[in-house]
Formats: sequence, C-alpha cells, structure tokens
Amino acid sequence: MKTRVQALCGVTTLILVTLLLGCNKPAETSQSNTPGKFQGVIKIGEFASLTGKEAAFGISSHNGTQLAIDELNAAGGALGKELKLLTEDDQSKAGEPATVVRKLITRENVIAILGEVASSRSLEAAPICQQNKIPMISPSSTNPRVTEIGDYIFRVCFIDPFQGTVMANFAKNTLKAKNIAILTDVKADYSMGLAKFFKERLIADGGKVVAEQSYSGGDKDFKAQLTSIKASNPEGLFIPGYYTEVGLILGQAKELGIKFPMFGGDGWESTKLMEIAGPAAEGMYFSTHYSPELDAPLAKTFVQKYQAKFKEAPDAMAALGYDSALILVEAIKKAGSTEGAKIRDALASTKDFVGVTGTTTIDAQRNVSKPAVILTIKEGKFKYVETIAP
Amino acid sequence: MPHRPKSTLFAAVLIIAALALVVPQSINQYYLFILYDIGINIILAVSLNLINGYTGQFSLGHAGFMAVGGYTSAYITTVLGPKLLLLLGGAGTASSSLLFLGSLLAGGFTAALAGLLVGLPSLRLRGDYLAIVTLGFGEIIRVVIQSMDAVGGQRGFSVAQTYTNLFWTFSMAALTIYTIVALVRSSYGRGFIAVHDDEIAAEAMGINTTQYKVTAFVTGAFFAGLAGGLYAHSKGFLTPGGFDFMKSIEIVVMVILGGMGNTLGVILAAILLTILPEALRSFEKYRMILYSLMLVILMITRPQGLFAWNWKWRRRASPATSNKKGSP
Amino acid sequence: MLEFLQQLINGLALGSIYALIALGYTMVYGVLRFINFAHSDVFMVGAFCGYYASKVGSRFLASGTVTAAIVVFLMSMVVCALLGILIERLAYRPLRERSKLTVLITAIGVSLLMEFTGQLVFGADPKSFRLLPSKNLQIFGGLVFNTNQVVVLGVTVLLLVVLQMIVLKTKMGTAMRAVSYNHRAAALMGINIDVVISFTFGLGSALAAAAGILYAISYPSIDPLMGVMPGLKAFVAAVLGGVGSIPGAAIGGVLIGIIETLVSGYVSSTYRDAIAFGVLILILLFKPTGLLGQPTVEKV
Repeated sequence: MKTRVQALCGVTTLILVTLLLGCNKPAETSQSNTPGKFQGVIKIGEFASLTGKEAAFGISSHNGTQLAIDELNAAGGALGKELKLLTEDDQSKAGEPATVVRKLITRENVIAILGEVASSRSLEAAPICQQNKIPMISPSSTNPRVTEIGDYIFRVCFIDPFQGTVMANFAKNTLKAKNIAILTDVKADYSMGLAKFFKERLIADGGKVVAEQSYSGGDKDFKAQLTSIKASNPEGLFIPGYYTEVGLILGQAKELGIKFPMFGGDGWESTKLMEIAGPAAEGMYFSTHYSPELDAPLAKTFVQKYQAKFKEAPDAMAALGYDSALILVEAIKKAGSTEGAKIRDALASTKDFVGVTGTTTIDAQRNVSKPAVILTIKEGKFKYVETIAP
Repeated sequence: MPHRPKSTLFAAVLIIAALALVVPQSINQYYLFILYDIGINIILAVSLNLINGYTGQFSLGHAGFMAVGGYTSAYITTVLGPKLLLLLGGAGTASSSLLFLGSLLAGGFTAALAGLLVGLPSLRLRGDYLAIVTLGFGEIIRVVIQSMDAVGGQRGFSVAQTYTNLFWTFSMAALTIYTIVALVRSSYGRGFIAVHDDEIAAEAMGINTTQYKVTAFVTGAFFAGLAGGLYAHSKGFLTPGGFDFMKSIEIVVMVILGGMGNTLGVILAAILLTILPEALRSFEKYRMILYSLMLVILMITRPQGLFAWNWKWRRRASPATSNKKGSP
Repeated sequence: MLEFLQQLINGLALGSIYALIALGYTMVYGVLRFINFAHSDVFMVGAFCGYYASKVGSRFLASGTVTAAIVVFLMSMVVCALLGILIERLAYRPLRERSKLTVLITAIGVSLLMEFTGQLVFGADPKSFRLLPSKNLQIFGGLVFNTNQVVVLGVTVLLLVVLQMIVLKTKMGTAMRAVSYNHRAAALMGINIDVVISFTFGLGSALAAAAGILYAISYPSIDPLMGVMPGLKAFVAAVLGGVGSIPGAAIGGVLIGIIETLVSGYVSSTYRDAIAFGVLILILLFKPTGLLGQPTVEKV
C-alpha cells in the first residue's frame, strides 16, 4: 500500500514537472497575438549575457532587441511571416557563446544571429557564424577585430578607433585641453581600445598624456588612482569605461576635490550614471550614438516605449540592440528571402538606415559609419553639445 | 598481473576513441561539441580527483592549470604553427596532427611546471589554507595572462585552427583515466591514499608525504593542461576571464558529485554535469540557483557523492576481474 | 608627500571596511575552524537590507538624517544576524562532525546560492544607495577628508571596541573563547555549544551587515556580486592578522587596505588583486599563524 502511495506521488510529480517543462516553451511565443495573420515563422537567434557578471548590459541589450521584434511583429512581421527571437543566455562566461550559438544555428536553425555586448564573446561566436554562413550582427561590440573574422559578421555601433579619435578631437577643440590623464578598465577590451586610439590621436595632435592609470571592471575603490592622477595636474581626464564604475569614479573624484573635467565614451550612457555619481556627474562629457534632443522622432518614441515596457530609461546598449534587430529585419525584407547569403548581401548594402541611434550606413569592412554626438550632464539630465562627423 | 584491472576500462575508452574516427561527420555540430566538452570535462575532473580525491589535498586552482596549458598550446599552433608545419613537411593531415599533439603535450608540461610551483606551498599547508592558496595561485595566473600582450591580454586570443576532434578528445581522456588509475593502483600509488587517510600516520610509516603531494599536483596539472589545449582548439577563442574561480569550482563539483577518489563516479559526474546544464537551458534564470542548492543538499545528505555505490562494487569486483583475466 | 598622505587616508578608509568583514571570518574560524565563504554574501545582503530599509524608512523619517541612518543600520544588522543564524542552523550544523572539506564546499555552495538568488531577487544591475550626504573637509592645504570617510572610520572603531568588550567582558564572550579553545572541554563545563555557535554567527553576520552599509556609504553602488572581492580581501586580512584574533583582523584589514591603495597608486592596479593573494601566500608560507595568531600544536 505504502509503495503504491509513493508511486502515485512519484507519477504526480513527474506529470507536474512535464507540465512545467511544457509550459516553459510556448511562453516565449506568446507575442503571436493574432493567429492566422502569419504564414510561418522566421527564427532569429540571439545570445546575450542575461545572468552573471555583465548581466546588466546583456539584459539592456536583450530588452531593446525584444522590443524591436515585438513591434515588427505588430507591424506585420517580415515576408508575411512572424519573427521569433530565440534568446540563449551565455552567463557572461567564456566558452558558453560557442556552445549556445552552435545550438541556435544547428539545432534551432535560426537564419541570423544577433549578439553580444562584450567583444570577447562576440569574437568567440563569430567564427562559428562565418563557418555556417549565418549572418551575425553585433549590437555593441566595438573591437575592430570582430568584423574582421569574415564577411558574414556585421556591427551597428561605431568602432574603437573612431570613438577614440572623436574624443581626442573633442578634448583638443572643445575643451582646449592638452595635458590629459587616462583611466582605463583593464578588464574591458572596449576600454583598452578606446584608450589606445585616443592616445594615438592626442599625441599626433600635439597633446600629452600626463598620467595613465587603470582599474578592473567590478572595482569599487578608485581613490588611489585618482589621487595619483590629481597629483599629475592634468587639464582633463579621459575615462573610457562603463557607467557602473564611472559613476563611482566621478563621485570619488569629487570627494578628493578634483576640479578638472572628465569625459568618456558611450559606455557612460545610462541614467544610472547620475544616480550613482549624484551631483558629481554635473558638467562631464561623453560621446554616444544619439540624443533624443536632436530632431529624431524615432529616438523619442523609443525612449517612451522602452520606459513604458521596462520601467527604466534605455541605455546605449538597449538602443543598439533595438537597432540591430531593425537593421536585420530590414535586410531580410530587402533580400526577400531567409537565405544566409542573400541576407548577408542585403546587410552589406545597408545605406542611410534611420534608426534610434542615428543614420547607419554599413561600409566595406562591415562596420558602420555614423556621426557621434557629444552629450554633457546638466541638472541630472543629458544635454546635447555637438555632433562630430566621421 | 594483479595491478591492471583497469585496463579493460582503458580498452573500452580506446574503442570509443576509435569509433570517433568512424562517426559520420553529419552529426549535429551542437551535439558534437557537447561531446568534446564531455571529454574535456572528464580529463579535468579525473585529474583533479587525483589531487582532491585520492591525495586528500584541496585545490581550487585547477582552472589556472587549464589556462596555462590552453594558452601554451594555442600559442604554439597559432603563432609558431605555420613555421613548425613547414618544418614537419607541409600542411598535411599527418603533420598537423603531429603539431597538435606536440602542442597539447607542451601545454601539459608547462601546466605541470605551474603545478610544481603550487605543489611546493602545499608542503606546509593543508585543508582550508591550501584551498585558499591554490585559489590565489589560480587568480595570479589569470592576472599574469591578462597582462601578457603576446597572447592578447584581456582582449583574448583567437586560435587559428580548431584541431580538436572526437578522436583526440577521447584518446586523451582514455590516457588520463588510464594513467591516473594505474598510478593510484600501483604499489607506489598506495601512498596517495595513505596521505589522504592520515598524513601523520603515513609520515610515521616512512612515506614521503611531501613527494606524494607534489607528484599529485604535478600530474593533475599536466592533465589539466592537456584539457586546456583541447578546450582552446575546440572553442577557438580564449580569454583570461574564462579561467576564473567559477571554472575551478565547476570542476571541484564534478569531483564531489562523483565521489572523491572514485574515478568511475567522477567520470559519470563529469558527463552528467556537462549534459544537465544544456538540458536546463530553458530555465536559464533558475539554473545556477538549482545548481548551488543541489551542491549544498548533496553535501549534507550524500557527502560521499552520488555514485558512491561504485566504490564498494568495484572493490568487491576488482579481484574477480583480475582473476578472470589472469596474467598472460 | 601630500599625495602619499592622501593615499594613506584612502587606504585607511578602505582597510577599515576590510577589517569589519575580516572580524566575521575570524570569529567563525575561531569557533568552528572553517572558512565561512558565505560571509561575503551576508555582507552583500546587509547592504541590500539597508537599501530597502532606507527606501521604506524614508516614508517615516527624513532621509539623510543621522537618526534615519542609525535605524537603517540597526534593522539591517538584525536581519543579517538572523540570516547568519539560519545559515548555520540549516547548512553547517548538520555537518559539524564531518570533514573540513565537506564544510568548505558547503560554504561555497551557500555563497553561490546567495549570489545567484540575489541576482534574481534584487536584479543584476547596480543600484545606487545614498544613506548620508557627504561633504569634503580640507586640512593642511591639500589633504582631503570626506565626512563619509570619518563616519566609516568612527563606526568601525566603535564596533571594534564593542566587540572586544563582548568577547572579553561578558559571559557569552567567555563561552565563545572556551568553545574556540576546545569544543569538548567546553561542553563538559556545561556550555551549550549550539547556542554559542549561533551567537557567534549572529554577531559576525551583524558586523558583516554593518560593513555592507559602510561599504555602500563609501561606494554608493550596490549589486549582488559586490561581496566577492571584498570578501576575499577580508579573508586575506584575517589570515594576515592571525585567524582567530580580533585585533589581528583589524590590523590585517587596515594593512591590506593600505597595501592595495599604495600598489594601485604607485605601481599598477592590474596587480592589485594579484598582490593581495601574493601577500597571503607569503604569510602562509613563512608565518602561517599570522601577525597576532596563536600557534597551535598538532596533536596525534
């Protein structure tokens, strides 16, 4: 008798687990609100760091991408088919992207891959996409090497050499500063790349790097570095990092009584920057892809829709994720096919595409050329300063 | 020969390796690469089992050894590869296989050297302290690689050729299993278990505990280095961040789940812990919570490991197997 | 010279937080002889408790005031003390007679469990947490003190003194010392070991909570993985000072803070983490008992 009860319990648990497993899948496709409207689906793969150390960036980028796909579906999908975004989490861990991208391509048969914020993880996935002739668009990997992997790899953000140069020009022309200190995140190749190209341009223009200090992503204490930077008396400090650390750096700089201006790249763009830094962020500058202040209706509605859906303001990663999906789907429509080679060709010919992050044209190296905007922080808000063309 | 009961297992794995050559190339890439991961994890877990399981030391730095091996072998095939291939007589299958094997071994030996470095402090330390020191060494290795520009530093290192295939993965796994089982089962190897059971008593019995500890570290590190080489040529890209503390923990968990000092159990655990996370992908948010919860519950309820029954079974069974086979 | 003095101040502020975390490691190690890896995550939970407490509290008390800060501190310390006791009760007590490695692995498991649960519950993105407004104080021309640094230093010293009083002057403190000296003998003397161990965990966790909030005051950005690095550093500090010694943990914490700051300021921050571990390895190799630890004799 007792065994029978146990068996019954076991079977019930099994059924419950199966139900749970069963329920898990369709939840992803719940966006298909009007059945019958579409004939078939187009599967798009995405890999993102939804958990782990860099989850904050991965989730932003994923949210942006998902928002774009939902909107496109509401507007009728592509080629009469429903778009389905299959997202795999790579846990911000090396080794995982290779596995999940292989899974997406060979098991789920996706027609294109969107992904990764971090260049190191894009670099791991790119050879696999190239080998399988599946187009891949990285929303925000800025390392030039990513698109050098092959002709199927694209990106929608600008690359390190461009942004580094822009900031060097900004320092020279707008700030009129010659003696600059640099504080880099040695754990982020993004930061290292920006610093390298910034420095090259600065020196070529007759400027001088008076101090070079570094930190590791995830650090919280930067006072040691800032103190020695302060001692070198620079006219400005370039911090190519992410807002998670930059916010703290700005706050601690103020606590140390540092007065010179600080500036950085698009990693700064998040309202979290002001939350973390508080008033210390006032009057600092950074370069980024777009400004809602410019006459860009798309950017304005994007900010509203994102805020409505996710209850927070979008950062640069979210906007780029959004654009990467738009550009991909645009290419699918243009190609009129879901064949990898045709989508690739259509992607390569993307010209003057108006997205949230400005007007995108994909060049022969499969990078984008679009102007950068410089923003400053005033009364806790981003304010437009100027546009610098490539 | 009473000390070779495991040769059957070795033969079995060798057969798998041979089969691997025949496995049609049409197998789904995703599954194929999971098979590679399984083989690599078997090597890592079995080699760590020598240190943590049989010898009773506690290393939390296995990923560090893996990194040393992986980077060395990737550097050899990618940077020195083209020249070496010319030296070996062109880019044929034979010469590239030779190059790959050479790079794997070189990776193993550099990792073994690192193992020697870590093994030395273990002379004085035990338990928690040793664990922390090996953790520290693992982190130091990572920081050193991170600041080495020759291998790309933080930007990562792209491996030119993905040489890893089923044959290499599983013949290396077979080699690892065979070497470690044979080592522990030899009369010399009984010393590892003596060090594990009671260091002071072992010392009193005239066993050179120092030598055993260092041997365990060096051997374990060598095979971790091999696994690193296979990993590098399977993933095609290396970053220092991929060999952090969490990677070491993953290997430790395999050893614990399988049962410390239980090779068969550890192999099964390595397989299980490679497949399970893949199967649980749709639960991405809860996966790691389940994983850590499982670890805690396991330690409380079954500290001897999930597959502990193998141990008794094997002890009883092993004399029989060796009798049956007899000596030639 | 001014720069060097400024670096010393920076190091002292950082080190005092390490010292507070290190106390928790030292106390648990003294009583149970194992490294409570989950301690660094109790530290994280402490900071988050403070975050939520100050959010809720801002409805009743004016935020940014000293009263509000004290209430937040106390609430978070109580919650974390309970959490620490709960962890010990559920995860460590069943393992008390087991091998050290089993306990160590369980501790790692608990730590991972808290980190991943934290990512799910609190969210992975950093939250900004500002308990007190800060002001700069200038002395000797260029040297800058911050009011927050003064608060951190003051609270740390206060808690250290209170802790030392508890351990040396109270009955429970005497019992703790007895248990750390010899479990069995203490039990034979009529000490309830379970209660003492629970108390130790509670006390250590409350200190971790205080450290978490102080950390958030200095670095107003909190996330579920914030405990990992400070936890490791604090552990190094505990070993450096001599595990089991309360003044040792304090001195170790301050030393590690200053060494780290000087290395980042004058050499390169790349090597900062490596140097902390390097110090640990050297200490363990040449003076395993640490600066103030008592040597133990291995009994057969």
